[in-house]
Parts: sequence; C-alpha cells; structure tokens
Amino acid sequence: MARRPIEPLLWIVFSAGGVFAALLIPVLLFLFGLAFPLGWLAPPSHAHLVAVLGHPLARVILFLLCIAWLFHAAHRFRYTLYDGLQLQHLKELIVLLCYGGAIVGSVVAGICLWQLPAR
Amino acid sequence: MSDRAERTAEPGYREFRPRWYRPKMSTWWWLKRWSSLAFILRELSSIFIGWFVVFFLLLVGALTRGAQAYEQFLSWAASPRIVILNAVSLAFIVFHAITWFNLAPQAMVVRVGGKRVPGALIAGGNYAAWVVATALVAWLIVGG
Repeated sequence: MARRPIEPLLWIVFSAGGVFAALLIPVLLFLFGLAFPLGWLAPPSHAHLVAVLGHPLARVILFLLCIAWLFHAAHRFRYTLYDGLQLQHLKELIVLLCYGGAIVGSVVAGICLWQLPAR
Repeated sequence: MSDRAERTAEPGYREFRPRWYRPKMSTWWWLKRWSSLAFILRELSSIFIGWFVVFFLLLVGALTRGAQAYEQFLSWAASPRIVILNAVSLAFIVFHAITWFNLAPQAMVVRVGGKRVPGALIAGGNYAAWVVATALVAWLIVGG
C-alpha cells in the first residue's frame, strides 16, 4: 500500500472532533433542538445570542469546532460505509464524498460565522 | 518443463496452489450480535453529528438575518418532524459520548510516578469534564 501521510492527521482530527462532539453537542442540541423550541426553557433573546456567538473569540472557536465535528463525522462515516455495508470496492468515491462534504461544510460554516453581525 | 511433468506424474502429488482466504461477508453481518449492532449504532452517530452542524449553521444564519428570522427558526424547530429528528440525534450523540468516555482509559494511558493511573479515574475525569463543559455552555447561553 502506498504511504499516505495524511492518514495520521485524519485520525487526530477524528479524535479531537470526537471529544468535542461528546463534550459540547449534547447540551447544545438539548437547548436549541428541544428545550427552546418546545418552551421548556425561555429562549435567549436575539441580542444576547448574537453577543455570545458573535464575539470574535467565539466565532473562531465555533469555526474550529465545526471543522473538527465535520471531519470527525466524515471519517467515521467513511469507515461505517466500508465495514458496515462492505463497500471497500467504492473506496475512492466514498473518500471523495465524505471528506469533500466535510470541506464544503467547513467553508459554509466559515461564511455563516463570518456574516454574524458584530456587536 | 520436463521437471514439472515429472512431478505431476508422481502419484498422489498435487501442486500447492494457495488461495486467499476471503470469507463472504453479508451486508447485514452486524445484525447478528448485539455487540456488532452497538458498534454500527455508535458509528451511525456520525450522521447525526453532521445533522447537528447543519442545524447549528441554520441557527447562525437565522441570527444573522435578524430577530424575526430567529423567531421563525425556533417555530420551525418546534415542528414535530424536526423535534423527532433532534430527539433521535440527541440519543445517538449521547450514546457516542458515553462510549467515547468509556473508551478513553484504553486510548489514553497516563502514568504518574511510574504507575499507571487507573482507568476508572480517567473515565471519571472525562465525565467530570462533560459536566463542567455542559454547565459552562448552558450558563453562557441561558444565563450570562
């Protein structure tokens, strides 16, 4: 097999994304996906959220988190397809779709976070 | 050539032709055992992490467009289909978190003074970090 020096990097990003997904997504998804829409908790005001998420440091952290989460998901989904569905023969296509999706998602995340109004 | 002919002519002799051992795997191999089903369910959390990023970026987009768009986002998020999707996603991601933290002692061997730190302590540290991170994020968003 050819040497692929990018593979260790992908595993590092996979681990980082896995840790931050485990630490942060449950609370974020609980709040924004269930508690606020269903009125279990009073949703924060628009101004407050823009102030919190639009802070320059918060934007940078959220951008890095999005990259890590997306590459974590892409890497894991790649192996799910390989092993779960026995699709080793579609290697190139799967790699392209998974990491391509993660790259596109990261760019979109950067644009979205960049456009948040500064306060 | 003549050598080969001689050899094959020997009685009871078969040339050794190894074949690769390639067992046929069914596509649904992971349904046969609970442990492999749990493995696949854990791996499927990746889809829901992807969905969460999409959902989060939709929120950010709504915040950019203003207070009214944010209200619309919240009422869209309250529609039954999105609520179910988010509830299922939360279940999968919590499963990911638990399996991840429980595996941490195997992935992370920490030695203090030449002695290995017990796994329960490392897993416990991860769970403690989970509590702290959750409290911090909730405080930033709800209180603050």
